[in-house]
Amino acid sequence: MNARTVVVVGHGMVGHRFVESLRRLDTDDAWKIVVLAEENRPAYDRVALSSYVGDASAEDLTLDEHSDPLVELHLDEPVTAVDLAARTVRTAKGRDVAYDELVVATGSVPFVPPVPGRDLDNVFVYRTLEDLDGLRAAAEKAVSTAGAGRRAGVVVGGGLLGLEAANALRQLGLSPHVVEMAPRLMPVQVDEGGGALLARLVSELGLRVHTGVSTSSIAKDHRGGLTVTLSDGTELDASVVVFSAGIRPADSLAREVGLEVGERGGVLVDERCRTSDEHVWAIGEVAAVKGRTYGLVAPGYAMAEVVAERLTGGDGRFTEADLSTKLKLLGVDVASFGDAHAATAGALEVTLNDPVAGTYSKLVVSDDAQTLLGGILVGDASNYETLRGFLGEKLPGDPMSLIAPAGDGAVGVGIDALPDGAQICSCNAVTKGALVAAIASGEATTVPQLKACTRAGTTCGSCVPTLGKVLASCGVEVSKALCEHFSQSRAELYEIVMATGLQTFSEIIGQYGTGRGCDICKPAVASMLATLAGGHVLDGESAVLQDTNDHFLANMQRNGTYSVVPRLPGGEVTPEGLIAIGSVAKDFGLYTKITGGQRIDMFGARVDDLPKIWQRLVDAGFESGHAYGKSLRTVKSCVGTDWCRYGVQDSVGLAVALELRYRGLRSPHKLKSGVSGCARECAEARSKDFGIIATETGWNLYLGGNGGFTPRHAELIASDLDTTTLVRTIDRFLMFYIRTADRLQRTAPWIEALEGGIDHLRDVIMEDSLGICASLDEQMARHVEGYADEWAAVLADPDKLERFTSFVNAPGTPDPTIEFVDHLGRRVPAGMKDGQPTDLAALGLGGVPITDGARIPMGAPA
Amino acid sequence: MTAQADVRQHPSGSTDGAESKDPQPTPATPAAPPSGTGWTAVCPLAKLQPERGVCALVDGEPVAVFRTHDDRLFALHNVDPFSRASVLSRGIVGDLGGTAVVASPLHKQHFALESGVALEDSDVVVATYPVRVVDGTVEVGSP
Repeated sequence: MNARTVVVVGHGMVGHRFVESLRRLDTDDAWKIVVLAEENRPAYDRVALSSYVGDASAEDLTLDEHSDPLVELHLDEPVTAVDLAARTVRTAKGRDVAYDELVVATGSVPFVPPVPGRDLDNVFVYRTLEDLDGLRAAAEKAVSTAGAGRRAGVVVGGGLLGLEAANALRQLGLSPHVVEMAPRLMPVQVDEGGGALLARLVSELGLRVHTGVSTSSIAKDHRGGLTVTLSDGTELDASVVVFSAGIRPADSLAREVGLEVGERGGVLVDERCRTSDEHVWAIGEVAAVKGRTYGLVAPGYAMAEVVAERLTGGDGRFTEADLSTKLKLLGVDVASFGDAHAATAGALEVTLNDPVAGTYSKLVVSDDAQTLLGGILVGDASNYETLRGFLGEKLPGDPMSLIAPAGDGAVGVGIDALPDGAQICSCNAVTKGALVAAIASGEATTVPQLKACTRAGTTCGSCVPTLGKVLASCGVEVSKALCEHFSQSRAELYEIVMATGLQTFSEIIGQYGTGRGCDICKPAVASMLATLAGGHVLDGESAVLQDTNDHFLANMQRNGTYSVVPRLPGGEVTPEGLIAIGSVAKDFGLYTKITGGQRIDMFGARVDDLPKIWQRLVDAGFESGHAYGKSLRTVKSCVGTDWCRYGVQDSVGLAVALELRYRGLRSPHKLKSGVSGCARECAEARSKDFGIIATETGWNLYLGGNGGFTPRHAELIASDLDTTTLVRTIDRFLMFYIRTADRLQRTAPWIEALEGGIDHLRDVIMEDSLGICASLDEQMARHVEGYADEWAAVLADPDKLERFTSFVNAPGTPDPTIEFVDHLGRRVPAGMKDGQPTDLAALGLGGVPITDGARIPMGAPA
Repeated sequence: MTAQADVRQHPSGSTDGAESKDPQPTPATPAAPPSGTGWTAVCPLAKLQPERGVCALVDGEPVAVFRTHDDRLFALHNVDPFSRASVLSRGIVGDLGGTAVVASPLHKQHFALESGVALEDSDVVVATYPVRVVDGTVEVGSP
């Protein structure tokens, strides 16, 4: 295959999308793609840039890697020259790359007006991760000397990005001012009425808004800060200044090589996105389509698609751009779509301004009031997706009824009423028709599948709730039934058990289910009863409900033996404890391994030996680690202030306290936690269901992280909590999760499935929006008080001990099917599975003992 | 291959009788040696918790014995054919579509207690054994 070469200059979101689109459309592998990027990191989600100030890391924002042999990505290697005649580019590294087609996707650069003092230290732009790193460092310095909220930051520019920057400053602990030359905030998106309400709402949240003025100068003050002078003479003291006064196309390269540029900048292209040179294309913010540039990602994506189609024989055209915008700034909804400013001849405006409720809605309709042309929503944009779907379409009712508050003669607009052509996801131009087709073909029956096969909701995510509604309107009902015996979901069943106070599975299935139960509903109900009725998991009828792990209070391994994990709270262990564990492992011939949760796992225990092993462990002061349960596993910790020169809080102390508080708590899935004593995060707390990271003044709490099949970082729910508030918040989080999650649903997907996500969770457990906190607190208090070591209880109960035998009719006879062999010095189950471990001998590892000490015991138990 | 014996069909099978018996876990006959033919004692019926299993050694083979909620008894070879581990007696007993089953504790495949057939793959069958109650003691016969 003689692949032709397309060189892409720039690897921002649009360049990245172009590569993805071309690889998708180029089914013949006709194109080799060479990307030459200026930044030293691959493309990241600039739309979500502000979340980098919050809890997102650079990795979180990085877009999917192009894992494709036909794609070459060269970072930190911008193009410095183009020879249009020879069709080659030269890079900053002096390399020449020949192309058949060239795609310019250099994006834009921030516009900084010529204000005196704009070059001073602590004056920033808001564009790249590096800009935000600098801003963060400066803000942290200011906050550390003066305290949170005591120092100000000034944002020059009150558009969409300016307000995001102001929010970022606020999150960084500065008090933000916003200076906007236009008479209102977000002048492009909202009108005067919307702008007035927006200014009021953000002012109430602590932003100081200065509209209708410009910035005259920035100067150093005598204390090392900055003084910003406005055109009306106002002087603002600030620690940092951020310019977000718009962007300019990064078209200097195009100008140098003689490509035509637009009157107001940008590489001039036609509807095909082709420049004045027939082998050069331009897409994204650098492109001026028939003279007009676009500063949003959706039009950029559309251009990327057009060029990808053109290079694969299609006839894509960039005709009109969707400039719809919806965002939530400091909790305030703002949305704007279509002809928001009623520029269409004869357009009518229907406005509803409710200063009491804090909402402003405007619809722009055609002169006959039949067709929706655009609109603005401030304060409440919950109707945005639906209304936008009617753009250019005939309205289903009187325009006012569409924006009137519910219950006030409002007809409301359902998904059903939307035409197929209605765009649900504007970032990726996915219509309702495309979604319905994917559902009808059976390709997608869930929201994640719908996202995967249509790309809808994969960029800004604002349409994700609408995707669920489209599924529902297509009649896709995701059954929430626990199993064939219960039509209720786990959460519903939990409510029932809680409300009725029923304490046995027989009664519950008799009254609310059918049949005898199974390996799904029995352990699920056993877990509910554990947190509602308490008592030992092997008491009475509960014993028969448990999975084998809970039934034998140990983890079954692949040959039917068990592993044993004593609890080491916070990962702490004394020398005496280590010796006790070591001697138990030695005496019973157990293979030992350190777990990821800072404990010691002992493998290969026969069921008959479990009580003897545990008697020794309990005598040595250990208790069950619940490694076998869907319950709290460990709270991992770093050494914190005890030893570490960077630690700012006692992470070990908190980890031990939390592990002891939540030990034995049965839950829908396993629970893991971690506590880090400083922001270096050595305990990897953000990969845990609840992770805690120390700050100078308290604790940051992160919820919903996990490793495993789909790794996820936990999200920040609250910062700088004192210990009491921290523990209360975790108490409520855990109990709310236990009550409402699905079976085997870990906290991350549970939070994702909550309508409103982490914000809703915060409302419930920190603001008590459902009025259930007292009940959650009470339930956790009962758990803490009622805790008893399960293994100590078994050892004290002859009835419970009886089950620990291989053969009921031959107690003491070892199970002959259990055998171990030596594998590279490790004791492993014999001959259980085909395809035993890979041939490590090739790496020179064959037969080498894994420790310098004595070989791992291989004999029968002593 | 008939396998299952209903407690109530057996003339001497009686739960009431069993419960008045010796509460110790020791079987009616001590540690069963391979008997070749005939029946091997497992344990007193009262020791067999409904909807849970025990494992017995029968002619040198591990055999899982289950008692369902309606007091029927079943015996299957204890080795899970999917994982080849001797664990079936430690699975959860229940019903699927009305069929009494045990779920393998390793990978949750379900085996019909009556026939030993795996619901997930009808080609996979676990050997079944006759089972009865004599004077309150559960006994498993040679297959």
